[in-house]
Amino acid sequence: MSEFLLDWGITAMVFLPLVGALIMMVIPGSDEETHKTIALAATVATAVIGVLLLLDFDYDNTRTLQFAVDRSWIDVINARYFVALDGMSLPLVALTLLVVPLVIIYSWNHIPSPGNPKVFLILILVLHTGMLGTFVAQDLVLFFVFFEVVLLPMYFMIGVWGGEQRMYASIKFFLYTLFGSALMLVSFLALYWVTGSVTFSIPGLIEEVAANDIALSTQVLIFGGMFMGFGIKVPMFPFHTWLPDAHTQAPTQGSVILAAVLLKLGTYGFVRIALPILPEAAIEWAPWIGLLACIGIIYGALGCLAQTDMKRLIAFSSVAHMGYVMLGIATLTDFGINAAIFGMVAHGLITGMLFFIAGSVKDRYHTLEIKRLGGLLVQAPHMGWILGFTTMASLGLPGLAGFWGEFPAILAAYQPASGLDTTLFRVYMVVAAIGTVLAAAYLLWLLQRTAFGTPSEEFKDDPEIHDMVPTEYVAWIPLLILIVVLGFVPGLVFDVTNGPVTAVADALEAAGSAAAGTAIGE
Amino acid sequence: MLLASLVASGVPASPQLPSLLAQADAPFYRPPIDWHAFAPELILLGWGALVTVVDIIGLERTRRFMAPLTGIGFLIAMIPVLTLWDADTTRVLFQGLVLDDAGNVVTEVVGGETVAVRDGIGAYIVDQYALVLKGLFLLSGYVIVLLSTNYMAEGDYHDSEYYQLISAAVLGMMVMTSARDLISIFVALELMSIPAYLMAAWRKRDLKSNEAGLKYMLMGVFASAIMLYGMSLLYGVAGDTRLAVIAESIGGESQAVLTLAVLFTIIGFGFKVSAVPFHTWAPDTYEGAPTPLTAFLAVASKAAGFVALVSIVLVAFPDRSDVVEPFMWVLAVATMTIGNLIALRQTNIVRMLAYSGVAQAGYILAPLAVYGTVPTSAQTAVVTYLVVYAAMNLGAFAVVIAAARKTRSGEIESFGGMLNYAPGLTAAMTVFLFSLAGIPPMGGWLAKWRVFSALLEADTTAGVALAVVAAVNTVFAAYYYLNVARHIWFMPAPDGDNSKVSVPPALTAALAITVVVTMAFGVSNLANVADFAPGVGDLAQP
Repeated sequence: MSEFLLDWGITAMVFLPLVGALIMMVIPGSDEETHKTIALAATVATAVIGVLLLLDFDYDNTRTLQFAVDRSWIDVINARYFVALDGMSLPLVALTLLVVPLVIIYSWNHIPSPGNPKVFLILILVLHTGMLGTFVAQDLVLFFVFFEVVLLPMYFMIGVWGGEQRMYASIKFFLYTLFGSALMLVSFLALYWVTGSVTFSIPGLIEEVAANDIALSTQVLIFGGMFMGFGIKVPMFPFHTWLPDAHTQAPTQGSVILAAVLLKLGTYGFVRIALPILPEAAIEWAPWIGLLACIGIIYGALGCLAQTDMKRLIAFSSVAHMGYVMLGIATLTDFGINAAIFGMVAHGLITGMLFFIAGSVKDRYHTLEIKRLGGLLVQAPHMGWILGFTTMASLGLPGLAGFWGEFPAILAAYQPASGLDTTLFRVYMVVAAIGTVLAAAYLLWLLQRTAFGTPSEEFKDDPEIHDMVPTEYVAWIPLLILIVVLGFVPGLVFDVTNGPVTAVADALEAAGSAAAGTAIGE
Repeated sequence: MLLASLVASGVPASPQLPSLLAQADAPFYRPPIDWHAFAPELILLGWGALVTVVDIIGLERTRRFMAPLTGIGFLIAMIPVLTLWDADTTRVLFQGLVLDDAGNVVTEVVGGETVAVRDGIGAYIVDQYALVLKGLFLLSGYVIVLLSTNYMAEGDYHDSEYYQLISAAVLGMMVMTSARDLISIFVALELMSIPAYLMAAWRKRDLKSNEAGLKYMLMGVFASAIMLYGMSLLYGVAGDTRLAVIAESIGGESQAVLTLAVLFTIIGFGFKVSAVPFHTWAPDTYEGAPTPLTAFLAVASKAAGFVALVSIVLVAFPDRSDVVEPFMWVLAVATMTIGNLIALRQTNIVRMLAYSGVAQAGYILAPLAVYGTVPTSAQTAVVTYLVVYAAMNLGAFAVVIAAARKTRSGEIESFGGMLNYAPGLTAAMTVFLFSLAGIPPMGGWLAKWRVFSALLEADTTAGVALAVVAAVNTVFAAYYYLNVARHIWFMPAPDGDNSKVSVPPALTAALAITVVVTMAFGVSNLANVADFAPGVGDLAQP
């Protein structure tokens, strides 16, 4: 069994959803139940293989790339099929494995208009393959391919099953991301030719850059291209404008996947590719990334306070939360980057959960306008309480998962890596701390106006408004449990990520001290 | 006889007229001919003649067999291409004569027969590069026949003659892939262009088709004239029509004459590949011509233009990148940017594909802007792009032809709701559109990757700048490809007409071939076939 896992485990995990999608393609669309069953079976099978991998994973060596498969792929461009798991990718793979089956369970009786579950579920499965592939890819070309594969299904999910403004939102999402990834591609290629590398493998390129003396200005430019690719995906201020539109217009399932996993592709790109390969450039860029992160935190929070639509509010809160993640990354310390990865997982669970609730509210009330809602606790008490719980988690209440993403990231800014301006980062720290207050404000305000009070005249006697249905329980409870568990035992994630993160942070520290040393020497 | 020996052997090393005349009187030495190397062209020629004869004898009775018969011809011609590929040797045909000091042909006696000593520089070369492209043209020709089968039969056009002309045009392209000589290139170009002029006006009772044919012919002839002038200047400077000899002679020539010669030659092909500002014929011709023929022009004819451009630039001007590169840079930037910007505003899908083809030509030209530093990479990038472009663009046209059987319109809006009534066609079109936009895992990304890679490998400011321009351009381009995807996926069918489309077997086969090739380039190692070492520039030398 473990032989199989070593050679085929990751490959099977990544491509099983695609196999499911191919099977569904040849079955006529009229048989909806069969399609739902196949989709669920494919994702569960994927998750089973994923769990086996997780069980077989050697947690004492989180730094080493495990279950690595490195085979030739497209020789002409020196691209290799190189996939592996390490402590950095493992939590995100686990998150993806969990969220997608839940989304499919939720879809059982929540297929958005205009129907056609066959195509809808096929798109989710393709998305699944793309996301898992991005997290396990250890070769830049392979990473790029998987990174782009997710664009297509998400574009169609928003465009076909989305809200009123779906066409605008879907094309905006696509073009923004494509712009970033086009520049990222140029950066990858520039890196390859500048180092004179014969491989696109990430560990290989880390060595090549370290061995070759590449001009700092070139490094900074190459980092800039990656920054555009990953920063737009995160999204960072000022490239965030696609996100509120995409989230608001996307169907519930799309919003959940977008928030829970897709945004992480950007931040993951930073910690997996940009920082380790170009540590010197990262030090040059970090103050600016920190600045944009802080603007994002405050701007996102203020944006939330100005929203009248529940889904749009949650979308802006994503901008703020991803700001904390980026701030953690910008400190370039092991503390900050660990917090960032935790923040990604926590944000995935919590914001994914919020979008689920928003979707269910929309199903019942047919609107998400905050001023028309109210009294959720009266009309659907269980859902109301879950909304209350999730907002608490989202505003970073200690004891729940959100806290461990936010608090250490802020703390890390107190003492950034050497080579960075401590005063500047302490200013960032204060700004970010103010952001948490604003977060409490908009989340409590949201809770108060939707869950508390009495139902409005309009919806008081609406027979369609009922409490939760079984599929909602099944889809949500795992997320809620994990929010609590990770809140109490954050070590579950930190212990896994710490190994590889320390390795990256050490390299950054070395580059930073070297840079500081030259500065003093001059 | 004079012309034959000119084409066959290349002209002697001295440009003076008297020696030319002297050679006309000299005994003719038959050049050795490698029949294996020539087999694909000869088969195609013979098969074309066969098709014509069958048509003359059978008339109406055999009409419906014309399309499959032509298609089989292309597949048979593919066999020697494969055996040649398998043999993996470069064959240099029609080498020049060696003259002694007095200007006489040096001869030797081999096996009792007096033959001329050859200089090793060929006018016609069958190498990997030529073979990949021959394969491309044969397969494209086959797909075009598949696309035409029902269109021509149902439209009651003169289908027999049409297929004969297609065979002739493909033969021209086959010759083009191996031609390393100005005259062979010109003959190949005309052999493929003249049938295309005729076919563009094939729907002869349709004014638009007449306009298409006339515009295409006038522009084409005009371009040929300019090109011939450029070629004559080159010949005047170099004293030989073989590209490799030209390369040796023009190293130290003055900029002015050479610039003019290079410019005129390249402008001629600029028309063929519809590079801005020589693209104006393309949209009108594409819209008016029968759609399968449009696919033929947009893919095969354009590819042949690029083949000639690559051969000329890399073999004849390897050391004059100082003259050629800036010109190519401007041409590439203008072509991709203007093509994309105009494509954004198109409402007719064929015109949109025409302008998208213009923009794609810009990407294909881009590597030639750095060929001086990275010749082999530039060549590889161009050929890879051509192959992938042929698959995805032919596929897109196949879907348009299939869908138009129901919609009877080329307006993008008329394709609304396709997801509901033709999910298979929708899936295929999605593959092609996203491939054209360069989104993995469809093949288009690999083509773009190779272009970017060549530009960055050159490690010059111009190369990096062009790569960034091209990257930004892909975003513009994505908008109009997605616009089509938007209609077929998101919009309801016009008038709520959700009746199915009947896709005939020939079109299904064409779609299957193009989808498989498009996807295979994106996810597999298939692009190996277009990886050349040594490159065309190296091979031209003895």
